[in-house]
Amino acid sequence: MAGITRGFTGRRQARDPRLPPGQYDARDDWPVLHAEATPRIGTDRWTFTVEGLVERETTWTWREIHALPPSRYAGDIHCVTTWSKLGMTFDGVSVDLLLDAAGVLPTATHVVAVSHTGYTTNLPLADVTGGKAWVVWDADGQPLTTEHGGPARMIVPHLYFWKSAKWVSGLRLLDHDEQGFWERNGYHDRGDPWTEQRYQGD
Amino acid sequence: MTSVPTNRRTLRWQQATVLSTRDETPRARTFRLALPAAMPHLAGQYYVLRLTAPDGYTAQRSYSVASAPDASGEIELTVEKLDDGEVSEFLHDIVVPGDELEVRGPIGGFFAWAGDTPALLVGGGSGVVPLMAMLRAARREGRPELVRLLVSARTPADLYYADELPGPESTVIWTRAAPPGTARPVGRITAADVAPLVRGGEDVYVCGTPAFADAATAALEEAGVPVARIRVERFGPSG
Repeated sequence: MAGITRGFTGRRQARDPRLPPGQYDARDDWPVLHAEATPRIGTDRWTFTVEGLVERETTWTWREIHALPPSRYAGDIHCVTTWSKLGMTFDGVSVDLLLDAAGVLPTATHVVAVSHTGYTTNLPLADVTGGKAWVVWDADGQPLTTEHGGPARMIVPHLYFWKSAKWVSGLRLLDHDEQGFWERNGYHDRGDPWTEQRYQGD
Repeated sequence: MTSVPTNRRTLRWQQATVLSTRDETPRARTFRLALPAAMPHLAGQYYVLRLTAPDGYTAQRSYSVASAPDASGEIELTVEKLDDGEVSEFLHDIVVPGDELEVRGPIGGFFAWAGDTPALLVGGGSGVVPLMAMLRAARREGRPELVRLLVSARTPADLYYADELPGPESTVIWTRAAPPGTARPVGRITAADVAPLVRGGEDVYVCGTPAFADAATAALEEAGVPVARIRVERFGPSG
């Protein structure tokens, strides 16, 4: 086989089937990776807006979004830098609920998730609908810390975690794909960890 | 904030040959690699390195390029040996000159420095690696005044590139133990450390652990640097 590294056998030790290829279990660590200074966003000025190709642009305050029916994700997350965390819980609201409230127009095909820091990431609409995406403020039962995107972040856990925008401020509905921050810097437009869509061209 | 798009043609895997190795500290080693299909990199970019076992199992990690961009077709990666680091321990303990290693890159436009604008570089520990590429590039181009480098190291034995890094462009602060005669008390980075280096209008590159990155950005903000000018690369414990 081409590309075998001399002397390398690796440390598999009963690999957890929940780990996608090339990932390792970070266990108690939750590494922090983002490209901007960690912002401090008070819940008094936090908002979340669904805009673009919707029937009515809709904005929720911190208090308003907490009044919506809660939704939980229980499962795993996978970062492109090769760590995964297994068996986490995140509490917040389903993105389906937010999109339904704004009324997505039939022409919409993609979304850009936008952050209070200016961070962006692009996703096919189908990857944030049907129970696959959340806006969350609790992780494992505790308020999400600032370094992990608090007060609230997106999670789209079936894709690499850079798609799960920290400090999320909204979703913009588009009729085309528009690359976000890491995607313009060479990362994959979709980011499926099970097929290792890490970089453009994977 | 602008960034430089990664050249998509650069993302193919290639078999690099290890030309030489050099210890920077007891826990950090530099690997000089010859690339069969080298693409010019920008200071601050990184390569992904992939190890493959005979049964197809792979492990991959990202490592910043330490060398300045040049036309040699060769790059240097400096790798810190992490406890239980599946990849870093292999690189330190097994790899010798003549071995082949699979890599792809250069990757990362966000943290890259194009080499023609003033830049303040702030690195902690192994976070100095991409910043060293920037210092080397500035010196190579005969424009060392463009960069100002502040490095935080635990002790003198932990300072990477100790022979090459000192100069009018660089400042080292110590967090645990300092050389005799150092005026500054040991301790983590503060606004007083960065304030004398801030010129105004420059881009700022911060690299290190998450804890260092947050301390450094807080110090920079306190020293008056607009947060929008600060780019941060955080090194996670990824082995």
